[in-house]
Amino acid sequence: MTTDVIDQLVGIAPGDALDTLRNQRPNARANAQASFDALLNSDELEHASQLERLAIAYWTIALSQSPVTPFYRDLLAAEDEAVAAALETALPDAVTTGPYGDYPEGPLTTENAPGLHWEPDASLTTSVGPRLAAALAHTHLLVYRPRDSSPDALQALLDAGWSTTGIVTLSQLVAFLSFQLRVVAGLTVLKGEL
Amino acid sequence: MSEHVIRHTFEAPNAFTQAELGWEAWLEPLPLDELTERHYAGLVDKGRANSPYFRLLVRDPDILGARTRTDNDIFYNEKGGLPRAQRELSAAAASRTNGCIFCASVHSRFASHHSKRHDDVQRLLDDGTSAPQEDPQWRAVIDASVALTRTPREFGAANVRELREAGLDDLAIIDAIHGAAFFNWANRLMLSLGEPTPPKES
Repeated sequence: MTTDVIDQLVGIAPGDALDTLRNQRPNARANAQASFDALLNSDELEHASQLERLAIAYWTIALSQSPVTPFYRDLLAAEDEAVAAALETALPDAVTTGPYGDYPEGPLTTENAPGLHWEPDASLTTSVGPRLAAALAHTHLLVYRPRDSSPDALQALLDAGWSTTGIVTLSQLVAFLSFQLRVVAGLTVLKGEL
Repeated sequence: MSEHVIRHTFEAPNAFTQAELGWEAWLEPLPLDELTERHYAGLVDKGRANSPYFRLLVRDPDILGARTRTDNDIFYNEKGGLPRAQRELSAAAASRTNGCIFCASVHSRFASHHSKRHDDVQRLLDDGTSAPQEDPQWRAVIDASVALTRTPREFGAANVRELREAGLDDLAIIDAIHGAAFFNWANRLMLSLGEPTPPKES
């Protein structure tokens, strides 16, 4: 049997009510897994290394305060325990609630919401290197305040050594996991109400 | 030497609207003449090669293909489940919450098209997700989408019960979850890789 990470994280076994329900959206189900595999089981790592991918994945899930954080911490720790430990140490100062951020100048600025603009401190940057540190700052932006995005934020990634293709992969990773963790959260609640 | 972002000089739209907006990338989309068979497979629909958004995302073709197939099944699989209008409403509510003016424009327009209730949709855009909605299914779908979009998630048993009491079955509830969750994917790409352009003058 092939792995289905959403089933694993929600606790869905073949023949369960949720298994039957998920099969009614078979392409969404199969391609949620295909997305996970494309991002985290890829053999094309030229633009984003496996360690970078796993660190960004853990950081996305941990900042989102998802109950599935241990799953992603284990994946990262198996690749590099020191990086997992450094990120875990940095987490309490980075966690907040979202979404927040500013709108472009105009009528919506009355809805601007202030919040944390997190940057890695010197100790974390030393532990993970400036390239991954820049990606972690961008991950924080995408998780909590995507509407604050800007060309400057992307330029900071380019300056830190990310290629255009690498930025696409990094953005897809944070965005896909923002989807996956919400599907898991929703299905977990529904499971308790069946 | 590192690459450079593309900085645009047009005035990007600064309010939520149901009008048809364009979108331009801040990073170089893959040039048309560099598209291979694998890139076209990632685009799923060949016509998407004309879109700067999809031609930027196609730089990583496998995840784009999987993203698009996920999207299509969530929003276009009409075998039971949530009516099309409410799926679009769930997308619009997530986009309104995250602040994605482009995504909200597309999916509010689709919600209006399928429901024929332009004013109810416009109220969501103008006054936000907490604006009154008399239809209990609309209320429940919007509430679920907002709760799932917030970090940390506020979606709970009360949301499932509200959806159920509004007459939605379990497959429809899964569609509502999928619709909101998917736009937490789409919003983050649309917001962070480029910006909307003003509607074309008619």
